[in-house]
Amino acid sequence: MASAFDYAPAPESRSVVDIAPSYGLFIDGEFVEAADGKVFKTVSPSTEEVLSEVAQAGSEDVDRAVKAARKAFEKWSALPGSERAKYLFRIARIIQERSRELAVLETLDNGKPIKETRDADLPLVAAHFFYYAGWADKLEHAGFGASPKPLGVAGQVIPWNFPLLMLAWKIAPALATGNTVVLKPAETTPLSALFFADVCRQAGLPRGVVNILPGYGDTGAALVAHPDVNKVAFTGSTAVGKEIARTVAGTRKKVTLELGGKGANIVFDDAPIDQAVEGIVNGIFFNQGQVCCAGSRLLVQESIQDELLDSLKRRLSTLRLGDPLDKNTDIGAINSAEQLSRITSLVEKGAAEGAEPWSPECELPSSGYWFAPTLFTNVTQAHTIARDEIFGPVLSVLTFRTPDEAVAKANNTQYGLSAGIWTEKGSRILAVANKLRAGVVWSNTFNKFDPTSPFGGYKESGFGREGGRHGLEAYLDV
Amino acid sequence: MPTTASAAHPLTDVTASDSTLRRFLHGLPGVDAVGLEARAASLGTRSIKTTAKAYAIDLAISMVDLTTLEGADTPGKVRALGAKAVRPDPTDRTTPATAAVCVYPDMVPVAKEAVAGSGVKVASVATAFPAGRAALDVKLADVRDAVAAGADEVDMVIDRGAFLSGRYLKVYDEIVAVREVCGTAARLKVIFETGELSTYDNIRRASWLGMLAGADFIKTSTGKVAVNATPANTLLMLEAVRDFRAQTGIQVGVKPAGGIRTSKDAIKFLVLVNETAGEDWLDNHWFRFGASSLLNDLLMQRQKLATGRYSGPDYVTVD
Amino acid sequence: MSDRLSVLKTYKLYVGGKFPRSESGRVYEVTDSKGKWLANAPQSSRKDARDAVVAARKAFGGWSGATAYNRGQVLYRVAEMLEGRKAQFVHEVADAEGLSKSRAAEQVEATIDRWVWYAGWTDKIAQVVGGGNPVAGPYFNLSSPEPTGVVAVLAPQESSFLGLVSVLAPVIATGNTAIVVASERSPLPALSLGEVLATSDVPGGVVNVLSGRTAEIATPLASHQDVNAIDLAGADDVLAKELEIAAADNLKRVLRPQPVDNWTATPGIDRLTAFLETKTVWHPTGSLGASGSSY
Repeated sequence: MASAFDYAPAPESRSVVDIAPSYGLFIDGEFVEAADGKVFKTVSPSTEEVLSEVAQAGSEDVDRAVKAARKAFEKWSALPGSERAKYLFRIARIIQERSRELAVLETLDNGKPIKETRDADLPLVAAHFFYYAGWADKLEHAGFGASPKPLGVAGQVIPWNFPLLMLAWKIAPALATGNTVVLKPAETTPLSALFFADVCRQAGLPRGVVNILPGYGDTGAALVAHPDVNKVAFTGSTAVGKEIARTVAGTRKKVTLELGGKGANIVFDDAPIDQAVEGIVNGIFFNQGQVCCAGSRLLVQESIQDELLDSLKRRLSTLRLGDPLDKNTDIGAINSAEQLSRITSLVEKGAAEGAEPWSPECELPSSGYWFAPTLFTNVTQAHTIARDEIFGPVLSVLTFRTPDEAVAKANNTQYGLSAGIWTEKGSRILAVANKLRAGVVWSNTFNKFDPTSPFGGYKESGFGREGGRHGLEAYLDV
Repeated sequence: MPTTASAAHPLTDVTASDSTLRRFLHGLPGVDAVGLEARAASLGTRSIKTTAKAYAIDLAISMVDLTTLEGADTPGKVRALGAKAVRPDPTDRTTPATAAVCVYPDMVPVAKEAVAGSGVKVASVATAFPAGRAALDVKLADVRDAVAAGADEVDMVIDRGAFLSGRYLKVYDEIVAVREVCGTAARLKVIFETGELSTYDNIRRASWLGMLAGADFIKTSTGKVAVNATPANTLLMLEAVRDFRAQTGIQVGVKPAGGIRTSKDAIKFLVLVNETAGEDWLDNHWFRFGASSLLNDLLMQRQKLATGRYSGPDYVTVD
Repeated sequence: MSDRLSVLKTYKLYVGGKFPRSESGRVYEVTDSKGKWLANAPQSSRKDARDAVVAARKAFGGWSGATAYNRGQVLYRVAEMLEGRKAQFVHEVADAEGLSKSRAAEQVEATIDRWVWYAGWTDKIAQVVGGGNPVAGPYFNLSSPEPTGVVAVLAPQESSFLGLVSVLAPVIATGNTAIVVASERSPLPALSLGEVLATSDVPGGVVNVLSGRTAEIATPLASHQDVNAIDLAGADDVLAKELEIAAADNLKRVLRPQPVDNWTATPGIDRLTAFLETKTVWHPTGSLGASGSSY
């Protein structure tokens, strides 16, 4: 942004976090090497600097971790709920105390701006543990029977876009309900889960209750397929979600899947326009658009298309892309080279199919993985970029003429995770929200999350809900 | 219909009658309060350091309308204020002067003398400030007095009673009349008393009403009610001036007033300006702070940046 | 008894509110528990399954959009109609399951009562499983259950009528539409139920009844991209696994077969919630005026 008022660099101090040169697997309360000695490197996506070398779990390690979790399950599930609650409250508090350190760590490993890890991820992580801590001794009041029982060992596989928050969404309800867990963080973002292992240690959590197994997709597949796992929870791509659904077919394993999306953000001509622009920006550029519930399709009423696009472009020009540790950075790095190439190829496809890309003037750093905020106009339902999840800072703009058409276009997708509605007319909000086939509908706001609120998709966006009272069901034998 | 110098823009028609004006104002996009406040709060998290902070502090000092609006104001008090405006920090001559001093109409001659030759403007409140509850003749006489005494700027209050009872054209006509009295001699700031208008939708409508009537500045408040300038209402007014220029080509200034006391707050407002209206407004011709105690905090922060030491109230002048 | 020759009934499918034969033209012999011929039942093909899905999808908008009160009235009407035709169903169930008249009557009465139970649930389930969430911010947010969509239901093989209604009624009570595959060996009560539904107030397409070979009909339903969920109650373990794998292609919600000892037991709400989605709608609350804001 060229302005007389150039913000000087305001980097958050990296010294608040001490990353060890190497990490083991966390099994039965101890860090251990992988049985086959395999390791992999995790890099900072904004600089490509190697942050640490991490043990890579193989199937033997999965077996060891599941055994540890099974052994721990007996005592953990037998603990009075009030005692389990206190462990979770401890964890919540320790996360609050260490939130600056964990925010910096997450920003380094993931590439997202410190502003987001500091103001969104970490407060939500602590709040999630705090919320489920309180459930641990109140399960008989949750509407799942007089004495709901845990399932046993939960195998959990989480993505790289909100590493610690997704860990919290998985581990907090699992432990509150008396299950023990084996969790596999994503291969590009293993560090915050390993730091979480240290939080568990500080909290005095009994060994084996939480086990962390960094690794790639094959590690996750081995975990999901392990015969002694009772519960599978996965957040990630729809393709992998389907594979998991096939793997568990014919077993007694309970499954929840939180998968992809192609959320429609519908802007009517009577919208609160400045707030709508903020909501559109937040909807698609929060976390560089690497959000399953992103508002990646803008459906704008034709009568205000020009006005809205002008405002949107002007607003995009003020986005600050760069060093994720800078407190003024709005757009950080793309998480990996692989993800960057996926975004790039979809964007090329969009242009090749005749949609018109636009980006603000934006200088990309010379090292690391970066993609400028982009919007496409001239997009129709038939374009690949209107149908496939891009998982990047790329917005497809489509138009509609009537509420019926808006709803029809919004629902015309195999996904059904999120949607947005912008209008000052209350009855229209309720009517449209009622017709949208999506698990979360934000009206006159977007990308709001809260531990008390169930979150999850319709259709191919997965099944089961995480968060709130609803989120307990996934971990109870009901 | 009264016409003004700036009445030739494409929106002239909307003031043709009470009903066209009402339709126009009520057709402006609504404001979602939570979203507006969230955006203001989010811009408030910008971290302004080192060189950017030095720039912002000097810019903020240069934007202060150093204000005294007390029943107890005396020539002595106003003279001291004038001296402070011209030379805010006697120990550091690189400190910029403030934009203006702001006083009641009867104090304009004293203020003029105090800032003579400095480039510091004299602003006078008028139109039966702060309540505005007087006949139009009386209000116009008030303005005439101020202008005759040499006021460079007139800070008028709108008739909130008329606005809240939906008589927009009355409010409009009054501003136009004041504008005429100001002529080319004085720039006109129109105070909405946002705390009394209460809703953001009203603030947006008042902003457009004021701009349509020929305001040079739109200003939040008198400083005399419980809620004065806030980041959210100022952000909203910045959106209004931005959109008004886009539609008409006419640039209008913004002046938050009342309640801004610290450098940290002032810098947040400058961030709002920078990222909403843009750098064209980063100039005291287009943005002001109506304030009194803010100046000393800016000066202390300036000293801290220059020396590396924290300053104290004994190292800035109390006027 | 007179020696009058009785008129035999031709059993037909019930699809989209109509009574078609199988498009394949096939029928199969249905016998009682002692092997005596009872009737020929249509042997549905994959195309019949496809047509049923189209009918169920078409009916979904209206049925899911009806008020919960209205759905309750419609379900209660089914109970009323059944009460009047109890004798016919007692006869069919006795034949189908080899029960005495009095045991069959118990089954039919329990079935009628089951419709009444679910009729009463339609406008209560949302209050039990939905509600407002106390979010930490200036937002109101409400989670409500919504029907999953088109549900394929494989009715239990053994309990030809009570079992059938026990798996079908909860699916439609919440606003889903259903394609129900009748018990392969004992499809007649299911096919007769179609006649009752047609003359009650259930809109055409809300319930579609297919008879035939369970595996043959279930396979295209499990892989159908426009079916949202499948209840595998009537599948054996081998078939259930195959169908669950096929269902993964569009991530159908799958209710695995669960052993049921006694269909007369109070069902609870598990079958109601199995085919519900939760939608959470957010809106800012804000304040009465601009005065609440601060730095």
